[in-house]
Amino acid sequence: MSLPPSYLEYPRRRHGMDHDLYPWSKAFARPKIEWPDGARVALWIVPALEFFPLNPTGKPFKAPGSMVTPYPDLRHFTTRDYGNRVAIYRIAKLLDRFGLRASVAVNGAVAERYPALVRDLAARDWEVLAHGWDMDTLHHGGLAKDAEAAVIAKTLGVLRKVSGQAVTGWLSPAKCESGNTLELVQAHGVEYVCDWVNDDLPYEIAAAPVPGAVPAAAGGYGSTAAPGRPTGPTLVAMPHSTELSDRQILIDYHHTEDEYAQQLCDQFDVLYAEAARYGGRVLCIPLTPYITGLPYRIQALRGVLEHVTRRAGVWNATGTEIARAWRAGAAPRG
Amino acid sequence: MKRDPGLYDWWPYVDRPKIRWPNGARVAFWVAPNIEFYELDPPGNPSRTPWPRGLPDVHAYSHRDYGNRVGHWRMMEAMDKHGVRGSVSLSVAMCQHHPEIIGECVERNWEFFSHGIYNTRYSYGMDEAQERAIIEDSIRTVKDATGQRIAGWLAPALTHTERTMDLLAEYGILYTCDLFQDDHPQPIKVKQGRLISMPYSLEINDVIVYNSYLASPRAYGDMIRRQFDTLYEEGAESGTVMCIPLHAYLVGHPHRVKPFEEALAYITSFEDVWVTTAREIAEYYYANCYDTVVADVARRQATNRLPEGLETEASR
Repeated sequence: MSLPPSYLEYPRRRHGMDHDLYPWSKAFARPKIEWPDGARVALWIVPALEFFPLNPTGKPFKAPGSMVTPYPDLRHFTTRDYGNRVAIYRIAKLLDRFGLRASVAVNGAVAERYPALVRDLAARDWEVLAHGWDMDTLHHGGLAKDAEAAVIAKTLGVLRKVSGQAVTGWLSPAKCESGNTLELVQAHGVEYVCDWVNDDLPYEIAAAPVPGAVPAAAGGYGSTAAPGRPTGPTLVAMPHSTELSDRQILIDYHHTEDEYAQQLCDQFDVLYAEAARYGGRVLCIPLTPYITGLPYRIQALRGVLEHVTRRAGVWNATGTEIARAWRAGAAPRG
Repeated sequence: MKRDPGLYDWWPYVDRPKIRWPNGARVAFWVAPNIEFYELDPPGNPSRTPWPRGLPDVHAYSHRDYGNRVGHWRMMEAMDKHGVRGSVSLSVAMCQHHPEIIGECVERNWEFFSHGIYNTRYSYGMDEAQERAIIEDSIRTVKDATGQRIAGWLAPALTHTERTMDLLAEYGILYTCDLFQDDHPQPIKVKQGRLISMPYSLEINDVIVYNSYLASPRAYGDMIRRQFDTLYEEGAESGTVMCIPLHAYLVGHPHRVKPFEEALAYITSFEDVWVTTAREIAEYYYANCYDTVVADVARRQATNRLPEGLETEASR
């Protein structure tokens, strides 16, 4: 069986990216970012409050953290729920001691179930960002656009009412997007997204259809010219790290707590040094409360925060504050 | 389908003819950055799905794209610092997409060999004309972009056909990085011309170390040093080859780059190490070792016979 001739055709083989969502950009040749007060590193702490249904559909795949055993998987349900009652408060108290604020990513279903929790965190001047409806409602290529729009509207509606905040950030469950997610969340008042892990810094991404599953715009490809900055509505793609997530390092990689802390500190040290040459950087610390908020793990996070806050020139900020500071002064021009 | 690829003979790692690298070096050391382009919306291949979550898979796509926006320059700076040139395993469409990156490598006199057109286009199921087309495309594209005639091959996403090695030799490719049966280069049996397997290593490859072995960055640095220490020790008997295959989308993250750089500092601190490229190793090998090894492999085959009365499965 041989492959069709189209398998050796490359309609998007051209200068720049193979799509028009953002232009290629070398991270070390951009205008220097200047954070407020000349800070070198913006410290962006992002705990996630997630609801994993006991009866997941698992479609199109099970999000990491989903139920494992035959129904009823009380073991995993309650282990996850621990994050939303014990571990998040352990983390909040730790951040309070350091005078740090976070951007907390919240499933709409968590805000509906535990509005008091969201209010407690908002009262600390934490930012609430949207994290989809729940961990079994994934945004994926097979999801109809109107159904996805309804999920986004419901999620943002509940989060905005409960938190009293504008809620302008979006992190898709499992960082999974459909071809329409960018366009839809922007249309619903979102300013920044956290699903794209191709950069250490914010960049501008088109709020437009993503090729794949949805048909590409007719005539949009085949040009040899590099696509420029997007012309329509845009979002800020924020550097929410998967590589440094507690889930990846501690659960997927089985590293020890000390190794986890070491990697975060190493990340910070490299970024801090680079900032002197190349301008402001972002250190994102993604946190899964039911993972890092355990008694035997919280000390590792404390060590990281001690290491990071010891240095001058660290600006603890929310996603919105970072995205807006970047938009205001540091976006690559032309 | 065959039971054995039939590409090489058994050749025990004992009493081999001594390889003498230039200037008496014990180890020929090369670094292979994979500079790859993965498509956001690739066509399907019946044997392999490009992205695990279906299309679009923005997380997997952007995870790879990190290398071409950010990671590359951290990796390259670490190599510059220790005088290590890259032998680039190249998705040749990079010459169209990001000539800026190719240009920076050309300035450094890095070598380029082909890693296919895109790392999302697999060779599985290609007919001979199609497989020839990607080899010819690779030769032409790299020549136009860099002036170099590719000397090596690493199949796109390590996807092969039964005829891949024969075609490489026919097109004058000197070495393949696709075979992992040995720590020494080894002549490969092809229909016409010559081909050698170049030790490339999946074991010390950052993709395997990070994604399969789940190592920490410091553990990876330690693995690289241990790999070197053994090959350096054995290099006193006969010259060895050590390769570090890399991907900027992994090793180029801030938390990973320093242990890698420290490992390079360690290896390049030894005087009797030949810091080189795969092409230079292959050319030296053809000029100085190939014929001797072919004879030695044949000699070993003559001793590798079953006792009388037993016959091999293949001959029954």
